[in-house]
Formats: sequence, C-alpha cells, structure tokens
Amino acid sequence: MFEAWLGRMGAPVALLGVVGLIAFFAFPYDLGFLTRILIMMIFVLSIDLVLGYGGIATLGQAAMYGTGAYAAGLFAVHISANPLLGLLIGAGAGAGVAFLSGLIVLRAHGLGLLMLTIAVAQILHEIANKARVVTGGADGLSGIRMAPLFGRWHFDFIGQTGYLYALAVLVLVMVFLRALCVAPLGLTARGIHESPVRMAAIGVPVYGRRVLIYTIAGGLAGLAGALSAQVTALVSLQVFSFSLSAEAVVMLILGGTGRLWGAIFGTAIFMVIHHLAATADPYNWLFVIGILLLGVVYFIPGGLMGVRQRLRILFGGQG
Amino acid sequence: MGMVFNIALDGLSYGMVLFMISVGLSVTLGLMRVINLAHGGFALLGGALMHGLTFQLGWPFALALPVSVLSVTLIALPMEYVFFRPLYGKGDLTQVLATIGLTFLMIAFVNWLYGSALLGIPLPPYLRGTVDLGLRTLPVQRVAVIVTGMVVLGALYGLIERTRFGIWLRASVDNRAAAEALGINTRWVFAATFALGAGLAALGGVLGAELMPIEAYYPLRYLVVILAVVAVGGMGSVWGAWFAALGLGLIDTAARYALPDFGTIFFFAALIVVLALRPQGLSGRAYDV
Repeated sequence: MFEAWLGRMGAPVALLGVVGLIAFFAFPYDLGFLTRILIMMIFVLSIDLVLGYGGIATLGQAAMYGTGAYAAGLFAVHISANPLLGLLIGAGAGAGVAFLSGLIVLRAHGLGLLMLTIAVAQILHEIANKARVVTGGADGLSGIRMAPLFGRWHFDFIGQTGYLYALAVLVLVMVFLRALCVAPLGLTARGIHESPVRMAAIGVPVYGRRVLIYTIAGGLAGLAGALSAQVTALVSLQVFSFSLSAEAVVMLILGGTGRLWGAIFGTAIFMVIHHLAATADPYNWLFVIGILLLGVVYFIPGGLMGVRQRLRILFGGQG
Repeated sequence: MGMVFNIALDGLSYGMVLFMISVGLSVTLGLMRVINLAHGGFALLGGALMHGLTFQLGWPFALALPVSVLSVTLIALPMEYVFFRPLYGKGDLTQVLATIGLTFLMIAFVNWLYGSALLGIPLPPYLRGTVDLGLRTLPVQRVAVIVTGMVVLGALYGLIERTRFGIWLRASVDNRAAAEALGINTRWVFAATFALGAGLAALGGVLGAELMPIEAYYPLRYLVVILAVVAVGGMGSVWGAWFAALGLGLIDTAARYALPDFGTIFFFAALIVVLALRPQGLSGRAYDV
C-alpha cells in the first residue's frame, strides 16, 4: 500500500525534478531567470492552495511572500547566515502573518475578502517602506550573505547552487502539497470550496479550517519569499507589491486553479512568454500578454490544464 | 484652521473624482456580477484622448471634454458586446483573467501611442485661477471638480429614481430573472449602464488628472483604490459609492497632510475596519461575487 502511494505521488514529482535538472544543463546561462521561475512556482502553488483548493479569493498573497523575504533577509544579516534556518524563519513568519491576518480577513466573503487581502499587503508594504532603519526602505535590504549550503556548496555568481537549492525546495513543496491534497485537511478544503453550508452541516468548523489552510499557504508563500531573499541576496519593496500578487494569480488561473500542475505549467508558460516578449519588444510586450490572457479565456476556458482533460474526453477517456 | 480647510477641499475633490471613476464599476458589478478590473482603463482612455485633443491638437478644453467623454462612452458599447457579454455568468476567476488581459491591452495601446510619459492635460485659464468666497479664496479647479461630482450624483439620482430606465435598472439589479419575465430587456440595460459607467470614469479621469496623473499604467496604479471604493460602498449602490469615495478621499488626504510619515496606512486601515465590521460594504446588501 505504501509503495502504491509512493508510486502515485513520486513518479510525477520525480519527473518535475528530472525536467528541472535537464533545464539546468540545457540553459546554463539563464539560471538566474530559471531560479526566479522555480521560486515563483512555489509562490503560485501557495496561492493555488488558498484559491484553488480553499476557494478563498485573494489578491494579497504577497503579504506573506514579502514577510518571509524580509524575515529571512533580516535573519541572515543579523543572526545567522545558515540558509536552511533562514527558510524555516521565512516560512514561520509567513505562516504567522497569514494566521493573524486570516483571523480578520476570512470573516468576509467575495469582493470584501479580496479587498481585505489587498489591504493587508498594502499596509505591510507601507510599513516596510517607512521603517527605513530596519528594512532599508525603498533602497531595499542589502548585505545578505548566505553561508554555504550544508557547509559545502557556496552560493556562486552564476547561480548553480541557487538553482538546485530552489529546485530541491520546489520538489519538497510539491510532495508536501500532493500529500496534503489527499489528506483529510485537503479534502475538507475542497468540500468547503464546493459548499461551505453543507460542510458546516456535517460538523466541519469551516472558519477554523479556512484559517488553517490560509496559514499553511502563508507558510509556503513565506518560504518562497525567503528563498528569493537568499538566492538574490536582496529584498526590495516589490515583494509586497499588488502587482506581484496579481501576476501570480494570473499565472495560476492561466494554468488552471485547483490543480497543482496548473500552478507549475501556468507559471512556466507565463514567465517564459513574458520573458521572450519583453526581450523581443521591450515597449509593446504587454500586447502579447494581454492577447494571451484573452485567448485563454475565450478559447480554452478552464486554463491550460483544462486542455488535457478535454483531449482525454475527445479520445474516449473518462475525463 | 487653514490646514483643516485645505484637507476638506482637497479631500472632497479627491473623493468626488474617486466617486465618478468608481460608480460605474459599482453599478455594473451589482448588475452583471462581472468583476471588471479594466474599469480604470476607461478613465485612462478618456485622459489619453483629452491629452491628444487639447495638448496635441490644441482644441479648447470645454469642447474636448464632452468629445472625450462621449467617445469613451461610444467605445464602451461595442466593447461590452465583444468582450463582456461572453463573460456574464462565467466564474469570477475567468472574469479576473479576461479583464486583466483587457487592462493590459489598454495599457499597451496607450503606451504604444504615447509612451510611458505623463500625459498632461493643460487647464484653460478659467479653471486655473482662484475664486474669492469673501472668507477665503479657493482654486477654481477643485471647486469645479466638487460641483461636477455633485451634479453627477444628482443626475444619477434623477436617472435611477425618476425615470423608466431607472426602474428597469433597479429591477434588473434586484432580480434579473424576474425583470426579464416582466419584459425588461436586461441586455440593453446592461449595455447602456456599462457605457454610462465608462463615460463617467472618463469624466473622472480627466477632471482628476491633477490628483491622479494620466499615464499608461494608470488602470493598474489606481485599481486598488477604485476597488476599495466599490468594496466599502457596497456593490450596486450609487449612494454607497459616493459615501465610500468621499470618506476614503478625506481620510487619505487628511493622513497625507497631517501624518505624512504614515503614508497610505490610514487609508487601508480604514478599509480593514469597515470591511471587518460590514463585510458587504456600507450600503449593506450582501452579494457573493
């Protein structure tokens, strides 16, 4: 039984690791960009947990990402340069902010909920901006120097260590989320998404479970932020920006919500097209992105992951 | 005393601008349940058109303003037909993706046309001076904005409470199916309301250009503020949007004058307090988006 579970869980995730390694050798000069994609994937996965599984509309996930980034950055500057400890601190800080804000935010629904998540991120943005002494304000937090990973691998200039480090964290996050999704908590989250009233009727503490899901996802977002702080050795105010949250949500919807692979594919495709379009035409690349988004909505509803399902139905599968 | 007065004046005019830009979104959201994140784009289009007409072609302000607002209203009609009709009844995430895509296209269009520079709208001499009230002198531009905002509020009140179209609109907001069963052409009501809202956004964008400068990324930069007004006011409510816009405008302006060290914290703190106490907004009608 355990082997079967391992097989179902392990194979696709192992594939992710292998593809990541192939990319490592195929694009040795783009490791910085590829690392950004990996970190973004973790961040988008955290939104998938909130939005796709929990059904909590959010445009403020950057609040947790940014908190994790600043926490890990400050921890590295002032306390310890150990990267793994820093990740834990970042994840903890993200989870803490998610828990505290979730207690208020999750009382609302719909547009009100959306605005509350935005407001939390904006307030943190403003605090980070004004607390110059601690965070460096608009200049960003610099001076982060990480100790070598496990005492052996230095964070090099080309970003080889950074890339493999981020890939390893992503694979672990993926394993964790796949396990979570089939665990009782993940199923409860789905149930709440489908019908909060019925879940309450069968005795599920809906509000508490939503806070819990929001907190776990906040921890993952904090992890992504911490990773970005460590790998780029810089934390800028951008980590709290509304556009970061919004762009990540766009990537998720593009790939398909409520599916872990949707977050992975959506992020990869959006960021690669964004990168290529911006390189090809630095002035008019937004046209490409805009047309891409509209094209997905009007021609392949359900996101890119919906395509696979449709193909399966087309070829006689059960969908 | 002087500062209080300045805060009131600037806050009121800022609030009126927010009201004009947001009210269309609030009403269409209540009506069609479409989260139109591209709504600020209409303010941008109005401002960009106004910039082209006055700054580049040298048209007089008083002529260019109605032409810009009317053009945006007319542009919005086919856009409603092409872009938004397929979105009615779709999931909210689909709507978010589509309207963000549309926002990007609007930004890219203005960026392609004018670049990313600030698009100035030169004020005519009669709006640049001050008006003497005996007690104090006021900048005419601010007064004009406040007066226009009140006129818009009055006109909307008349339209919604006193005309047949208003009856159709209210019926469609309250219960679309029942309204259709009574023979109201809700599609037409949707389209007309959408276009009207777009025109008002253009008007707000042009008049508010002093406070919220027009540039290509305008719709994203002010998206949060516009959504805040709609959320605090409560969807589908003109009065709610007006109270919310004025309240948030005054709070934001007061914080900027009196406590500049705190930046926008008060604005968002107010947002959180209101929404934590009344999640469905001030007007108090609960809708699930």
